[in-house]
Amino acid sequence: MGTVFSFDIACDGGPRVRSAIEAAVASLHTADAVFSTYRPDSQLSRLARGEVDLARCDADVAEVLRLCERARERTDGWFSAGYAGGLDPTGLVKGWAVERAARMISEAGARGVCVNGGGDIQLLGEPEPGQPWRVGIAHPLRPGELATVVEGADELAVATSGTAERGCHVLDPRSGRPPVDAAASVTVLARSLADADAWATAAFAMGTRARHWLDAQAGVEGFAVTADGGTWRTTRFDRVSAVRCS
Amino acid sequence: MLTRNPLRRTVLGAAATVSGIVLLLALKPHSAPAPALAHATAPTSPPTSSAGAPSTGAPSKGGTAPAKRTGTVTGSTVQTDYGPVQVQATFANGRITGVTALQTPSDNPRDQEIASYAVPQLTREAIAAQSAHIDAVSGASYTSAGYIQSLQSALDRAGG
Repeated sequence: MGTVFSFDIACDGGPRVRSAIEAAVASLHTADAVFSTYRPDSQLSRLARGEVDLARCDADVAEVLRLCERARERTDGWFSAGYAGGLDPTGLVKGWAVERAARMISEAGARGVCVNGGGDIQLLGEPEPGQPWRVGIAHPLRPGELATVVEGADELAVATSGTAERGCHVLDPRSGRPPVDAAASVTVLARSLADADAWATAAFAMGTRARHWLDAQAGVEGFAVTADGGTWRTTRFDRVSAVRCS
Repeated sequence: MLTRNPLRRTVLGAAATVSGIVLLLALKPHSAPAPALAHATAPTSPPTSSAGAPSTGAPSKGGTAPAKRTGTVTGSTVQTDYGPVQVQATFANGRITGVTALQTPSDNPRDQEIASYAVPQLTREAIAAQSAHIDAVSGASYTSAGYIQSLQSALDRAGG
């Protein structure tokens, strides 16, 4: 699974920010080495096979599993890292790693930070004084087109879940199958990308129920393109939308 | 904002891991030109498989005004888990007007199928991103690291 991480940093080039960027890149490599389900020697793979116990793993493993458990509770079980006895936090770990990387750079003094990990984005600060970040939501059914544009500053995370290039990768934890009435893509906005990533995964698995569920969540907005090309959005979504029509 | 070009970024370091994570580390000048962050390659060296070595990791030219290039620029060939990717970008007055894939993974029908729609999608996204003043695009993840790296190297050679 190849994923591109891009960093867009607004700063005056201070040495603290430079070293924070290097540390942030290193943290993504480390997260991949620790959490990859594709690597048989990752701590997560070894933990899943029972070869190592949690106490002997990196502290990040306990942190991510704690976030997974919280996401499971807050999504009424629609987000699950434990399907079929396995251990797979991939619905959350990329967002968590990207958010951590972004915050490392922001805390070093960067005015604006945008880290995009394969389409899941954590924004902090602002790109230029008084300007919001602008994020296009790729249209899942019309390649190259944007379904909408959102904007925000300070703290905004954007995560999209959908049928990816290499097929559906989200299963309904209740049936173990791809969601029956799945949207083409569901985008979730929150302040934290670890949350938004998990919420987007859960909302995609929920199918049509996602809209009402997302509406009921505090500090979360949602937007979806349905399989027939229609769209829906949560009632307060327009507060972050940069598109003022429909 | 009018002069911002989200794709005119300088790749500072790229590395791939066994599972194919490719890091694109980019800086662009916003309001104030940022000093170059040269040689900021990823601190952890990539394991043996897959490539994405920082062939595009040329030292930044941050702070210099991009040339208003017209013509075509060929990007580096980037090795991905699925095969080599190389693109050529066409510029008119310093803006991308088209991207042509010179090489895409084609070892099997599935790779060919993915390339057949992923490459046009990425090309439109690249062009849309610079015209819509979008800082980033959110969408279901794609395995197109090679395309972006090769495009980035073309942008670097174009003077971005």
